[in-house]
Amino acid sequence: MINPNLTLAFENCKLEKRPALLTYIVAGDKNKNMTLNILKNISAYVDICEIGIPHNTPVADGKQIQDSSYRALKSGIKLNDVFEIVKNFKKADSTKPTILMSYFNQILQCGENNFLKKCKSVGVDGLIVVDLPFPENKQFADKCKKHHISFVQLIAPTTSDERMKQIVKHSHDMIYYISMLSTTGGKLKVTPQKILNNYFKIKKINKEKNIVIGFGITEKTIKSLRRADGLVVGSQLCKGITDSLKSNKSPVKTLTKIVKSLRSKIQ
Amino acid sequence: MIKIQKGKPIIDQHDSSYLYAGKFGGNFVPETLKKPIEDLTKLFNKLRRDKKFIKERDYYFKNYVGTPTSFIKLYNLSHQLGGAQIYAKVVSEANGGAHKIYNAIVHALICKHAGKKYIIGDTGAGYAGKMLSMAAKKFGLKCKIFMGTKDMARQKPNCDAIRANGAEIIPVDSGSKTLVDAVSECMRYWVSNCDTTHMCVGSTVGPNIFIKICAWSTAQISRELIVQIKKEFGKIPKKLKLINCVGGGSSSIGFWNSFMDFNKKQVEFIGVEAGGPKNSKLHAAPLTNKSKIGILHGAAQYVLQDKEGQISETQSISAGLDYPGVSPLHCFLKDAKRARYTSATDEEALAAYKLVASMEKIRPSLEPAHAFAEAIKIAPRLSQDTIIIVNSCGDAKKDKFILEKRLGKNHD
Repeated sequence: MINPNLTLAFENCKLEKRPALLTYIVAGDKNKNMTLNILKNISAYVDICEIGIPHNTPVADGKQIQDSSYRALKSGIKLNDVFEIVKNFKKADSTKPTILMSYFNQILQCGENNFLKKCKSVGVDGLIVVDLPFPENKQFADKCKKHHISFVQLIAPTTSDERMKQIVKHSHDMIYYISMLSTTGGKLKVTPQKILNNYFKIKKINKEKNIVIGFGITEKTIKSLRRADGLVVGSQLCKGITDSLKSNKSPVKTLTKIVKSLRSKIQ
Repeated sequence: MIKIQKGKPIIDQHDSSYLYAGKFGGNFVPETLKKPIEDLTKLFNKLRRDKKFIKERDYYFKNYVGTPTSFIKLYNLSHQLGGAQIYAKVVSEANGGAHKIYNAIVHALICKHAGKKYIIGDTGAGYAGKMLSMAAKKFGLKCKIFMGTKDMARQKPNCDAIRANGAEIIPVDSGSKTLVDAVSECMRYWVSNCDTTHMCVGSTVGPNIFIKICAWSTAQISRELIVQIKKEFGKIPKKLKLINCVGGGSSSIGFWNSFMDFNKKQVEFIGVEAGGPKNSKLHAAPLTNKSKIGILHGAAQYVLQDKEGQISETQSISAGLDYPGVSPLHCFLKDAKRARYTSATDEEALAAYKLVASMEKIRPSLEPAHAFAEAIKIAPRLSQDTIIIVNSCGDAKKDKFILEKRLGKNHD
């Protein structure tokens, strides 16, 4: 166990016989306060909060998250603001596991050690670095471990069996399985059964690891994958913010409603 | 100290993490792309050692691209400027009008060997896209080209050519609407379709394998040139300067490749980046202006960025050079001090175009016009026995509208 908050969240869900619900929103979309407000309002229904650090060249993200990221950057959000959001959120809900999602360049420019120190001081529990795959991430993952921050390894449908074993071996508390060949926000183009088959293939390598599935998961598809340890919804929430802003509605209310509904579907 | 190894192709001088000099390049990609990149790496390693494949490549280079492109002396320009003797390697004679055809042909061949029917690529100036659409047509592949909407507007002649070849242009309207966004969007498409589709990166940028394939393809330029030089001078001249524009860096690396092992005092490499509009801070010259190392499109490189790692917007009259990063190979050459990098402004490039076009028969596009600007700058103060060769790697047809706007209707 590297991070107790994360492990406990998964254990609680297992006791309740349901998958963990993980949500993703971009920090600073559409501004700092709104992000904090959303987090505080959805927290009661969410098991793990993922927060994206916006990047202006997000090669792995589809349109929804790109839109969120550009909005956040336009609002002038800086890395320190992201940490401040986490800090304030943790003040309100100290045990809610919080994962930051980033591209590696942002960590590199901040300095790996400096970045981790800041994460630790505000209470970040885990990190996902989209473009730092295994084995290139070994050294950084070790550093995370020393700070009791869980480095989340990713596995894709293209990952070979041998590589999968290596990744599972080097993983921390949680592994992220990418459901299909897609950027974030794509429509689910494979059957839930096929996704679950791959999921159980990973699970078989080590039953102790918590595996979450992400990409293409929405209110419509979430129920079909409820056998997983956890499910991540991101783009639908980013789209929720976009739609609310367009129609002059409150993104906080919209997102709370979506998250409540997501939770009810896996209860 | 960083050193270039002699007798070993520059593209192979990386470590097990695919980093040059331990810090440039690599494969900073989403997990999904790990396997396709590994497969492509294996396939290319096999093909480049396969005599049949080399024969196939050379056949198309000779009969379709039209090799060798000519090597000519620019008598009038040399005479006018005094000093060094100026020559041009007229790579723009290649089928399609620029060096991008080499990379396009090789990628199309690889795509066929991989058994894939779809090919995608990015483009800035439109040449990489035009050439890929030509190669796709030649080999019966379905082709999509990703292009920023700003570039589509300013390089319309190439867009028309891409469509005429039966390829589809996917307009990219995000970010700065230029090459950087086109490459991102093309990579995104590949993430979603890597099982059926082959990706061609249009320059020596991106994950390592794409840098390798591109540099291996454009190396044709210097393979021809070294023979042509020996024929012209009987040997390699004592003072030779090879000047090339640098955006992503594909033409320059190919122009220099065969001369890598020469002492730099004998064969100097000069790379010219895009300085942007005069007095503007928005340039596209990461090597000249001491940018920090960052990650862009899967590779570590000197890249224009802010303190937090956000990639900066660039501005250049030349769409082909309008890119915030640069090939990890050039970062390697810079740090090893094998090549020298400088920049030319939009105005200098325009003036260089005007001078060359008025005195000589060639019409360099705005990209090589940057290289000519440097040649024009340094030639007068060099000795008569100094030989300058400029890679005239693109033809100005695509810049027709920009040239008319900036220099008037009868610009040459």
